[in-house]
Amino acid sequence: MPSYDDVEVGTELPAQTFPISRLDLVRYCGASGDFNVIHWNERIAKAVGLPDVIAHGMCTMAVAVRVVTDWAGDPGAVVSYGVRFSRPVVVPDDDRGAVLRVTGTVEDKADGRVTVGLTAVVGEGDDAAKVLTHAKAVVRLP
Amino acid sequence: MPLNRAFVGREYPASTTYEVGREHIRRFAEAIGDGNPAYRDPEAARALGHPDVIAPPTFLTVLNFRFASEGPIVDPELGLDYSRVVHGEQSFELHRPVRAGDVLHVVSRIVDIKDAGRNELISMAGEVTAADGEAVATLRSTIVSRGTAAGTAAGPEA
Repeated sequence: MPSYDDVEVGTELPAQTFPISRLDLVRYCGASGDFNVIHWNERIAKAVGLPDVIAHGMCTMAVAVRVVTDWAGDPGAVVSYGVRFSRPVVVPDDDRGAVLRVTGTVEDKADGRVTVGLTAVVGEGDDAAKVLTHAKAVVRLP
Repeated sequence: MPLNRAFVGREYPASTTYEVGREHIRRFAEAIGDGNPAYRDPEAARALGHPDVIAPPTFLTVLNFRFASEGPIVDPELGLDYSRVVHGEQSFELHRPVRAGDVLHVVSRIVDIKDAGRNELISMAGEVTAADGEAVATLRSTIVSRGTAAGTAAGPEA
């Protein structure tokens, strides 16, 4: 676990890449209780104007904060976490699904707590898009 | 059609408590692909100073779905068309980690409803407490009702 004194504003957390598959979405439906059809039914997702099935925003949010909890060691150290959902994460029906790339940087520290700003991106090159904005987690460090 | 602004300030206490179990936490962690032992192994959680396995930071979203049928979202007098709804923002303030064995109570409140261009934004807050009254978490969310602001014709293009 990083110690508060060793962390500086600007410290970069280890970046991570997370695949999100159709199976993950089905699992998340069951675990969260959110069975909205746009997360598992391609026919209805397209009928309401989406390009394909999309991930639950809350699933994306949950996956992205792993950059913080894996770094902190104790996930119970997270005292707050908030995001805005800027773009849907489209999950194609293939073997790979969507790939979420997450980075985190320490933006502030005070009173034993550090604020980590997160970026979460899907797509490559010109197609790369931020799917979360204003994503910040506050962690209490020893 | 615009939402019924008389709903601002209304509170929705959950009709029952919510019991957090080890297996539900494990299943939630599996669904987000997170192998952290603090979510699975009571000994690992205790080594970190927790009395039992803890839940991932966003776990309390389960409360929204558990109690959805008694909240404002489905109240026809609010006038919300769920097919127009998008999740705009979400935050969790965790006064302490949620853990297996918690018996939680949630009171949700409509904080505000306002126009944002053609859309309306509904801000909600949920206060989560433990059986002994201890404050556990505050949940805040903004949901977007697309194309329903006053003066806009809510059509399929919205």
